[in-house]
Amino acid sequence: MHNKWLYRFFLLTIICVVLLIVFPGFDDLKSELFKRKFEPVLGLDLRGGMQIVLQAPEGYAIDQETLKVASMILENRSNALGVSEVNFQVAGDNYIVGEFPGLENVNEVIDVIKQTGMLEFVDLGDDYLLPGTIIHTDYGITLDSHESEIMPTPIPLTIGQPDIDVDKSSTGKTYHTVITGADLDSVSIAPPQNPSEGYIVLFRLKPEGTKLFADHTKNNTGKILAIVLDKEVISAPVISQPIENGEGAISGSGENAFTLENANNLRVTLFYGTLPVALEIAESRVVGPSLGQDSLEKSLLAGLIGFSIVCLFMAIYYRAPGVVAIISIMFFTLINYAIYLLIPITLTLPGIAGFLLGIGSALDANILQFERIKEELRRGRSVGQAIDLGWRRAWPSIRDSNLATIITSAILFWFGSTFGATIVKGFALTLALGVSVSLISALFITRGILNSLIPLLKDRDKTKWFGI
Amino acid sequence: MMNILGKRYVFFGISFLLIIPGLVLIVLNGLPLSIDFLGGSLVELEFNSQRTPSISEIQSLYESIGINDAQVQTSNEKEKEILFIKSSSLEQNQYTSIVSHLKEHYDEHIVERRFNTVGPSISESVTQRALLAILVSSIAVVLYITFSFRRVDHAFRYGVCAVIAMIHDILIVISLGAIGSQVFGWQMDSLFLTALLTVIGFSTQDKIVVFDRIRENTSLLRKISFEQLVNHSIIQSLQRSINTQLMTVEFLLLSLALFGGETLREMCIILLIGLLSGTYSSIFIAAPILVVWENKEWENWFRNPHNSKA
Repeated sequence: MHNKWLYRFFLLTIICVVLLIVFPGFDDLKSELFKRKFEPVLGLDLRGGMQIVLQAPEGYAIDQETLKVASMILENRSNALGVSEVNFQVAGDNYIVGEFPGLENVNEVIDVIKQTGMLEFVDLGDDYLLPGTIIHTDYGITLDSHESEIMPTPIPLTIGQPDIDVDKSSTGKTYHTVITGADLDSVSIAPPQNPSEGYIVLFRLKPEGTKLFADHTKNNTGKILAIVLDKEVISAPVISQPIENGEGAISGSGENAFTLENANNLRVTLFYGTLPVALEIAESRVVGPSLGQDSLEKSLLAGLIGFSIVCLFMAIYYRAPGVVAIISIMFFTLINYAIYLLIPITLTLPGIAGFLLGIGSALDANILQFERIKEELRRGRSVGQAIDLGWRRAWPSIRDSNLATIITSAILFWFGSTFGATIVKGFALTLALGVSVSLISALFITRGILNSLIPLLKDRDKTKWFGI
Repeated sequence: MMNILGKRYVFFGISFLLIIPGLVLIVLNGLPLSIDFLGGSLVELEFNSQRTPSISEIQSLYESIGINDAQVQTSNEKEKEILFIKSSSLEQNQYTSIVSHLKEHYDEHIVERRFNTVGPSISESVTQRALLAILVSSIAVVLYITFSFRRVDHAFRYGVCAVIAMIHDILIVISLGAIGSQVFGWQMDSLFLTALLTVIGFSTQDKIVVFDRIRENTSLLRKISFEQLVNHSIIQSLQRSINTQLMTVEFLLLSLALFGGETLREMCIILLIGLLSGTYSSIFIAAPILVVWENKEWENWFRNPHNSKA
């Protein structure tokens, strides 16, 4: 530090910013400076919740853009269903990771949102098909894989009606799709017309779709136009008259009548668009909130106990430098925490493990310096010389060992983000941060404070101050 | 002065003795991998009442819904009884029906702690990429050390020795995991993987600190043999190793293992031993192998064992 005042100013600024971010209060100032509030983001393993990993079916190639669109649609749909704080992220080549904090049983929600939501109006000609029938249409290649997923499982709607099962299996014929859900302009729901019926999903088509729809219904009056969702027939009404205003309604009948919930789910699915790819659940995890809470509180307490013992050891063994190290480590912790809040980084158990390893290397950086200082003092150097030399001798090992760890954690981060291993990613991120900050805290804080203490530590007192 | 290197074959022997029992267990039983790597479902339930279903009752419940490979483990926490049920993949509705059956017949207030399902394709890619990540980071470590030790003779050896010692630490941890699975029913899950990665990170860091002392002394002490030089360097960095490792990091972990949450205990014990092994192997494996390499001692291993101990 050639310029003491510049250094002091620099240190003071960092301290102020860190303290401002970490401690509550001064909300006005924070929103003025950073345009937001700072609250710790806890991972699912700490607060409880559910994580799912969705993937495209085996052997189906998709690009990043498709995945991004899909995860956006998923997020919109979940928000529209009233699930709060849900977060979907693309992970690697063909995964989407969804996190539902605080929720344990979101499978119903997932079943709704992961529906492809491909609505088609299909010309059946004179063939009447029962609701629930799976059909082939001439539209959309994406659903080929989806279909193979659906085919082997029994269609839920057929339960209890064995006599018509035969009709509901896939017919070999390929039907023509007149228009698709992409032509929808708006979707809404309406209550039942009379008590025996279900809710109705109303839709309005875009101008282009309206024209196609009008032309088709004009030329095919008396024929059947089926409403098909994800290749499954929902209803198959007969066209009684041409529909020219582009408005229509979807309703189930009899046992398949929509409840309010069914109708709303369908509305949400249709409104936020067709998923560009069919998705399967590859992995799902539930962490009970009690487990998470238990871990967090106990582990924080345990960390505090461990840290106190470490502080005690440092102060007794290294005396004055030991106390400096404790101050340095405390700043290290605060700076790390401030960065977690700033980015923000989601705190998870593996993330905390990465942070602990960071504390380890921050301690190591201090201990390496102090051991060297002691060595130099034993050789009879003055306190000032010893502090300077100790630093210069220790620096190569601090630098090289920490850089190696940063390289390792960069590789782990890459490994963690190329697929849904959020665990490894969180660990690598906090480790890399911890090690980088430990370099900075060794460089500026420990060394800076020690240097400014030199005038206070008289050479004749070195036994007292350095414990040698 | 202490002669650590003179006893290097004793230390190699100790390491083998520590690693081999675990490896034998792995050969006999396979790795105790969790569903994170194998695919399948894990259900963790907490029972508060006296009526806890027996293992065979759970298994027949699973069989009734067509799943024949359920493995059940139980553990006690104070008044509570915890059941861990591992099986092939469960659908959500199968899980719901199992829980509602258990609630009806055994305990109304079951706490559903965990229900994880991992598909086979994703678990396969976890395993593959974990191995790939370790391989790539090993190569990166060798390259990095070779670069930063470029002023020392045979810089490449330092990198290789660091990686050999790192493999030693991985083996110690895996062996510990295998023994833990026999004694405490541990499973190698994603937290185990995290612990393993931590050990790998720490191991390299520690090796470099010890090697750095050798690097520094190479230019200071030119007159003594390489073996003496390494021994001297180890002794010099011994105090730092003990303080960083035993006095600080291990205290933190010990406190977490003793007072921390249940979820973390297994991980902390693995870290405790893994990091200890990381420090041990810097001093007793990595540095001695450098000397073995320098002296090309393997030329004497099979000729006359009595001479090589010198």
